Amino acid sequence: MSAGPVVPPTGACDYRTQGEPVRARFSKLKGREVALRVEKLTKTFRTADGGVTVALKDIDLVTHRREFLCVVGPSGCGKSTFVRILAGLETATSGVVSVEGVPVSGPGADRGMVFQGYTLFPWLSVLRNVAFGLEENGTPRREAEREARQWLALIGLEAFAASYPHQLSGGMKQRVAIARALATRPRILLMDEPFSALDTQSRARMQAYLIEIWKKIDITIVFITHDLDEAVHLADRILVLSAHPGEVAELIEVPVPRPRSHDQALGPEFRATRARLDALIHPPKDEAEEAVAPDVVTRMTSAGDEVE
Amino acid sequence: MRQGLAGGLPSPVEGEGKGPPPPRRRSWVGVVRPLAPRRRIVLTILSFLLPILAWSAVSYLPFLWHPLVEVSDPGDVAWIQPGMRLPAAAFAEEVESARAANTAPPVGTPANPVYLPAPHEVAIALWTSLTAAPTQRDAIRLPWSLWHSIQIIFWGFLLSSIVGVPLGILCGAQATLARITEPVIEFVRYMPAPAFGALMVAILGIYDGPKIAIIVIGTFFQQVLVIANTTRRIDPLLIEAALTLGARNLRLIRRVIVPAMLPQLYRDQRILLGWAWTYLIVAELIGTSSGITFFITQQARYQHFENVYAAILIIGLVGSITDIVLALIGRRLFPYDRSEA
Repeated sequence: MSAGPVVPPTGACDYRTQGEPVRARFSKLKGREVALRVEKLTKTFRTADGGVTVALKDIDLVTHRREFLCVVGPSGCGKSTFVRILAGLETATSGVVSVEGVPVSGPGADRGMVFQGYTLFPWLSVLRNVAFGLEENGTPRREAEREARQWLALIGLEAFAASYPHQLSGGMKQRVAIARALATRPRILLMDEPFSALDTQSRARMQAYLIEIWKKIDITIVFITHDLDEAVHLADRILVLSAHPGEVAELIEVPVPRPRSHDQALGPEFRATRARLDALIHPPKDEAEEAVAPDVVTRMTSAGDEVE
Repeated sequence: MRQGLAGGLPSPVEGEGKGPPPPRRRSWVGVVRPLAPRRRIVLTILSFLLPILAWSAVSYLPFLWHPLVEVSDPGDVAWIQPGMRLPAAAFAEEVESARAANTAPPVGTPANPVYLPAPHEVAIALWTSLTAAPTQRDAIRLPWSLWHSIQIIFWGFLLSSIVGVPLGILCGAQATLARITEPVIEFVRYMPAPAFGALMVAILGIYDGPKIAIIVIGTFFQQVLVIANTTRRIDPLLIEAALTLGARNLRLIRRVIVPAMLPQLYRDQRILLGWAWTYLIVAELIGTSSGITFFITQQARYQHFENVYAAILIIGLVGSITDIVLALIGRRLFPYDRSEA
């Protein structure tokens, strides 16, 4: 992958330099079969005044089985549209999405989805929420509930099987939503900013949960986020989209070794990757324009009454 | 040191020492928060008590209104009968002329028009009309006529709901179906249901058929539109989540759309049931008069206005009690529903 024109000096470490274990991991990953293939994906919207907005333009992407892919980009880059097209909730204007070689047409049980908002069915108990997808795909209720119980055990919420969603905390709701999406044994788990409504502590805990789940289950994860630290912390590779139109800016292979911990945020690989993401998403030009100059705000206090 | 201050910008520093600041005004309107339970109960009681007090004041305080005089003894005035209600001015004139002629003047007490009975008269009428046999030969009993009315409402509302609720849900869930049905329903909705009365009598005869039909016509078109709108207000994420889990078509409707809208559907049905009651009075005047409306018109003809008020109050009571009971049942049925029932 060629370096863009806006590579900032990253000091001691280049984000493209991979340690031996990381390189070995990536070559093993790329040796696996292709899970998701996106070819020339384009999405245009017709605006109210008759114009045409290009939300996504010529996106190409290949992910391999058991990869953890994060998608980041400035607001308005169409990352949500992208994942909704993968889920089959929206149709692409042109281009092909295929899962394990099968073209996607409409939503299906081969792709599970976890949404940003809470989408548990409030009228069903936690257990029946998890069993919902199984029942919809023809599993008899009793068997679906038995299987759902195992999924609840996996996420550590067996004790809440009989509870209703409104009795759970935000983090617990999203854990159940993950279990519900996984219960139908999808090949790909699509996650659209699933933790952005949570507070910082719950979010860190949820990230740890997600990594544990991902390690134990044969699943490929496509994770949308606007939190760049979260992306570096979780991802094998990060798909960076640019805005207007939404195009692939770069596909970054994260050089941070696994297993990951939050201490690595201070390490050179993490900081180099983070710096590269910042450079791609907030180009230096914009930064200067948005900086707050000291004399932008008129002073309305007496001299000698300074707070800083 | 005020350098940097823009021309017209007021400075809080400059405002100092110019006398006390103006008092802060309290806003009586804002985001509505639930009242304390005690206050709630007191206000609820007051909302009934105040109109009753006003009514009692007008009825029992002779100096309030009382434009008529009810004659207890006609004296020597030939044309006056005991029990007659005369305008106060006419009565005073008769008293004057009787005094002038040295004949016995009529005697009476200030009274209200016959169409405004006192609260206790209505209360007695309410009790006797519910319990005692009617005094007139051809009169019907209030409980019996009320029961007949309730049956009309029940069948009308049931028939309307059997078609209206599923159609409304389908319209809300399917854009093509909505577009092909809703414009014409919207059009028919503006035709007043009673206008179909004569037509319904011609088709369905003179007994209960046309009455039920009026209730159905009055309810159905509103019902389809209201329920279609409720269906459209379901959180789209819930439906999308169900789609990604494999739910499709009728199963999607049965297992996600209907449960998701059920609490609001229930509230809609309660409101629609209230509207059905308003169509009842017109419906019962069609063909042979029947039910509570027949009771009311008959009692009004006999000038037994206390019975008329009793019957109207009973309609209010039956409606309110039904609604309260349905609201309580709803709270039990949908414990996960957060909005006020």
